[in-house]
Amino acid sequence: MSNFVDYNADKDGLLRFVLGLADDSVVLGHRLSEWCSYAPYLEEDLALGNVALDYVGRARMLFQYAAELEGQGRSEDDLAYLRDERQYTNLLIHELPKGDFAFSMMRQFFVDVFYVLYLDKLTASKDERIAAIAAKAIKESRYHLKRSEPWIIQLAQGTDESRQRVLTAIDELKDFIGELFEMPQWEQALAEQGIAVDRKALQKDWDNHVQQFLAQSEIEFGDSQLQIRGGRFGVHTEHLGHMLSEMQFVQRAYPGMQW
Amino acid sequence: MAEQLIPTVAPAFAQRRKHRNDSAHQQLWDILDEVCDPELPGLTIWDLGVLQDVKREGDAVEVVITPTYSGCPAVETMSDDVVSALNKAGFSEVKVTVALSPAWGSDMISPKGKAHLATIKIAPPVDTDQPNCPVCGSSNTFTISQFGSTACKALHQCRDCFETFDYFKRI
Repeated sequence: MSNFVDYNADKDGLLRFVLGLADDSVVLGHRLSEWCSYAPYLEEDLALGNVALDYVGRARMLFQYAAELEGQGRSEDDLAYLRDERQYTNLLIHELPKGDFAFSMMRQFFVDVFYVLYLDKLTASKDERIAAIAAKAIKESRYHLKRSEPWIIQLAQGTDESRQRVLTAIDELKDFIGELFEMPQWEQALAEQGIAVDRKALQKDWDNHVQQFLAQSEIEFGDSQLQIRGGRFGVHTEHLGHMLSEMQFVQRAYPGMQW
Repeated sequence: MAEQLIPTVAPAFAQRRKHRNDSAHQQLWDILDEVCDPELPGLTIWDLGVLQDVKREGDAVEVVITPTYSGCPAVETMSDDVVSALNKAGFSEVKVTVALSPAWGSDMISPKGKAHLATIKIAPPVDTDQPNCPVCGSSNTFTISQFGSTACKALHQCRDCFETFDYFKRI
């Protein structure tokens, strides 16, 4: 078990919470950055790179805070580049490979809807630092949603091929939605203190928004349910390790190297 | 939309302006007026809304800036430029603090900053998100991509003069 996240849930709840959010952001940011030079056309390449930048920026703010909370002298870079797969605590939807363009945009739409609901509540956190990060991030996520929604419409109502890819992406993603609304015990405790947000309470709104939006393209989407979980406890899909081996390569091969 | 007869500024900018005018360190604010965003030629960090506060204790100066977007890579260059501008003016003890709160918004840009954006052919933020072409002034424009050359800009095109231009996003 020693490879698993070793923070004591009671004592280090806040650290675990902040680190989980940081991991969500850095992992999705990296997945988006994988589109650099592979997007369907140049403008889309730039757009995906910029969304990636927003997430990596968000991750930096959270890692800096986590490093301070931990107080072991580790830096934001140490937390991002020197922790193994089992020590990463991101929710699984963020780590799935980028897939085709329809898959990446579908995931983006799903998480954008989530973050617009979630960060809005998090701006009221009693932890000032978390509230400030959320206030910054919510503006970006609202903008991301303004971008992912038209894409889903265009793809779902485009050609037979693009529609089929959208439907396939939904099938591949739907089992990873439920985990977004899971409350591990340390987060539950923080929510009761007004520091974290009750994710479960957002699920109905998320379902409604997604169902109504997809209905415009005559796609039926049932209520989200918990199917797969593990991310917050360091248990991942097979994909994260491969991703980290690439993301962390430089720091592992040349420890302490700087740009 | 009714024609605006009395020119007004956004509350977010009015608040910044008041804070600056009330400050006891006018000289320091003025020195920082020479620091520009590295990606937006000639646009000062004051006009952009990034410069939030200047404090002084004895010889030590603290400058508070806020990033436009969380991942904005220009923050480090701007911090370095703030330090060197103050060093050059004789202040050797300078600290730059990057504050997240209040979160930057395009309402913090000064009217002068918006006018400057137009002169470098970047359409300034407008409430409708339907900017006029900064080259020919036409309102017949459309969005090519929600993101342009940097996180703070979107890419638009004019249907009349066909110019492709950056639009400074409203957030």
